[in-house]
Amino acid sequence: MITLSKLNKTYGSQRVVNEASMAFEQGKITAIIGPNGAGKSTLLSMASRLTKLDDGAIRIANVALQDWDNAELAKTLSVLRQANNVNMRFSVRELVAFGRFPHSQGRLTPEDENKIDDALAKLDLTLLQHKYLDQLSGGQRQMAFIAMVVAQDTEYVFLDEPLNNLDIKHSVEIMQVLRRLAHDFGKAVVIVIHDINFAASYADNLVAMKQGKVVCQGSVAEVLTEQQMSQIYDIPFAIHDIGDKKVCVYFG
Amino acid sequence: MAFTPRFAASFALVMLAFLACSSLFIGASELSLHAIWQGNEQAWQILTVSRIPRLLAIVLAGAGLSVAGLIMQQIVQNRFASPSTTGTIDCAVLGYVAGMIFISSDALWLHFGSIFLCAMAGTLILVRFIQHLQFKNAVLVPLIGIMYGNVISAISTFIAYKYDLVQTMATWTLANFASVLQGNYEMLFLAIPACFIAYYFARQFSAISVGKHFATNLGLNYQGLVTLGVILVAAIAALAVMTVGVIPFIGLIVPNVVALIMGDNLKRILPWTAYWGVVLVLLCDVIGRIIIFPYEIPIAMIISIIGGALFIYLILRDKRHG
Amino acid sequence: MANRYKFTALLLACCAVVALFIGQGLTLDNYQFFLSRRIPKLLAIILAAVCISASSLVFQTITNNRILTPSILGFDSLYLLIQALLVVLWGTSSVVIAHPIINFLISCAVMTGLALTLFHFYFSRKGNDIFTLLLLGVVLGSVFSSCANFLIMLIDPNEFTTLQAMMFASFNNVNDTLVYWVSLPLVLCLWWLLRSAATLDVLWLGPDNATSLGVNGPKMVKRCMFIITVMVAISTALVGPVLFFGLITVSLTRQVFQWHQHKYLIIASGLLAVLLLVSGQWVVEKVLGFDTTISVIINFVGGTYFLYLLYKNKV
Repeated sequence: MITLSKLNKTYGSQRVVNEASMAFEQGKITAIIGPNGAGKSTLLSMASRLTKLDDGAIRIANVALQDWDNAELAKTLSVLRQANNVNMRFSVRELVAFGRFPHSQGRLTPEDENKIDDALAKLDLTLLQHKYLDQLSGGQRQMAFIAMVVAQDTEYVFLDEPLNNLDIKHSVEIMQVLRRLAHDFGKAVVIVIHDINFAASYADNLVAMKQGKVVCQGSVAEVLTEQQMSQIYDIPFAIHDIGDKKVCVYFG
Repeated sequence: MAFTPRFAASFALVMLAFLACSSLFIGASELSLHAIWQGNEQAWQILTVSRIPRLLAIVLAGAGLSVAGLIMQQIVQNRFASPSTTGTIDCAVLGYVAGMIFISSDALWLHFGSIFLCAMAGTLILVRFIQHLQFKNAVLVPLIGIMYGNVISAISTFIAYKYDLVQTMATWTLANFASVLQGNYEMLFLAIPACFIAYYFARQFSAISVGKHFATNLGLNYQGLVTLGVILVAAIAALAVMTVGVIPFIGLIVPNVVALIMGDNLKRILPWTAYWGVVLVLLCDVIGRIIIFPYEIPIAMIISIIGGALFIYLILRDKRHG
Repeated sequence: MANRYKFTALLLACCAVVALFIGQGLTLDNYQFFLSRRIPKLLAIILAAVCISASSLVFQTITNNRILTPSILGFDSLYLLIQALLVVLWGTSSVVIAHPIINFLISCAVMTGLALTLFHFYFSRKGNDIFTLLLLGVVLGSVFSSCANFLIMLIDPNEFTTLQAMMFASFNNVNDTLVYWVSLPLVLCLWWLLRSAATLDVLWLGPDNATSLGVNGPKMVKRCMFIITVMVAISTALVGPVLFFGLITVSLTRQVFQWHQHKYLIIASGLLAVLLLVSGQWVVEKVLGFDTTISVIINFVGGTYFLYLLYKNKV
């Protein structure tokens, strides 16, 4: 369990995150949604220690963030940001192997090799493992980075816009992997996501933000109401039940 | 209140006149207004052979190099670009050294040609490279430019070493207005047309600085304008290196400070950039002459200390404001 | 694997050149004299080569850039300024110039002292990034170089000859005792870099991914800058400034070997550097008959190579 209480972040005179509190549970996918500039990515990078917070408190597995040793925390929490420009020529397998760094400091054990094979298999990259990253499509490259996070095998996984610029097939595959990580392996997966229908279909919990504040949070059913969505995005929303899924229609 | 354009202009003129007079009357050999008034022949000679040429050289080099820096910043779309951070100056020095060794004739225009061609070719290579650069970190561009300049000056040093000219080269390249005399600086007047051409094309250069696609979209010939800018910058830098030597930082500091105060309208700030370039160089030259009077500290020393401090302030200030 | 064969070939070539350098013309009668002269010289070359290549490689990693070298920080200009200042203040016959160990200690102390002050001042500020630090170094370097040029102007041409010998790197007048003394700190630095090789690999992935993998990026960068400073200062004070040597060896290593692991890259670029420098020195001494100009040649060749890389957009 990760709990955030009353986080604040100010850039210059702009308050980007304002008294935000929430909790991320194991075994669940939590999606953070909201319009541009709502402070979603800043919140995610504060919760995953990439950005320092101005004030507030973060507790990871009942230990305050500032009491965690950075190297130790890497075995418990992993995070992947959006832009991953790598200057070097890595093969997919070499990239994924970096995920084992917190556990073995670069000297791979047979157990590490197994986890790498496993992560490659989960993201369906086994056949591509000896290809270089610059030979892959954007979607495959994103899969490779997610495989690295999977190989890191942490209790908490944070992903910032994992579906950005991906086609439908890759998006669905990635969301299915994340769902397996949460439901079958009991991890807490936290994603920032723009596509509200993807969030509605795959996430368990939603946190909706606007202008740095948390507007509402809870299960998908609780958060995804026409009134709340219209308020957050400032346009009319219609929400339909199709099969067992909720689908938002906001094309005015 | 009092800071109307008219007031600013008259204040600027008064300050320039004051500095110009100090420049005329400070020097190793004594020169008094009285002697000139009486038509003292020696005084007049000092004035016309040494002091006035010196003043004019300062004015032309200061204005020219500042404008060159301003143009360079538009071309490579980077605030830290200038003839000294894009290798232009180093290429000019290479041309100078090569000219000294390989051109036996004394004709000034031949030497100018060699300096100018080197400066232009060298700058074009770097500008082309920067255009292809994928990640344009604001600070990375000048770093690459300076690396490039180091390479070029290593080649100059190699040539100088072969011909046993290392110490002579150090003396040549160190900017010093003391060596400016009637008869050896007149080429610098070419900086005037160069500045006017830059002023005429100011709006086009502004459009370039937004980006290639933007400029092309407005129907401008992007590569053509870039080449024109490089030619102007190379010409000014070549003139300055040939007649005065290397004056560091001036093309970097002046445009940045002026833009900081007056905004980014190129047509409006170009004359002011030229003006403050003149004032800064004049001031540093006068300081250099006063400190260890009657000897002189070369202006390059003074300006690199003052300019270096100002530049460091600019970098750090830039960081603080994100 | 192809890399392995290339590496073996490099290792063999390196040994061959070193053996040739040491063993050429040795007989039972003269071996003591030649060995006592050649071994310190060879050691100086090896130390300088390995230091320069390793520090350039790590510098490129922490700046995430393939064309920068630590020499951009202005060490060469500072070294030149120190020497010029010593000559102006005390003359070439004074102990600070004539005594190699004292001169070495002064140069090293001033260079590391200034660099560390700069780092300390810089890293204690908020929101710093490495490029701004580099730009600061470059600006200071250009100030130093103007000052040095001014001092050179003041120096008597006869005394300048001594200074010119120091301006250009040379392995001929390296002091024996000095070489043995500096090998200890240099080997320590190198050992630290090799030990941190796996952590350095992680830095390839960018600061955020490095943090996610438990590597404290800023702290690592700070430590690396410290080690690089020590290595560059020592090698500059030992043999003189060699601007582009690091750039050549690191770029060539990257072109030849498809490795990304620092463990291998450091060793391979070190071997390549030794090979280039020893054979270069041998060619300059025995074939061209020059005396001290190897650094000028290195800068010339390295500079041209750099221009080629820029022109081909290979960086």
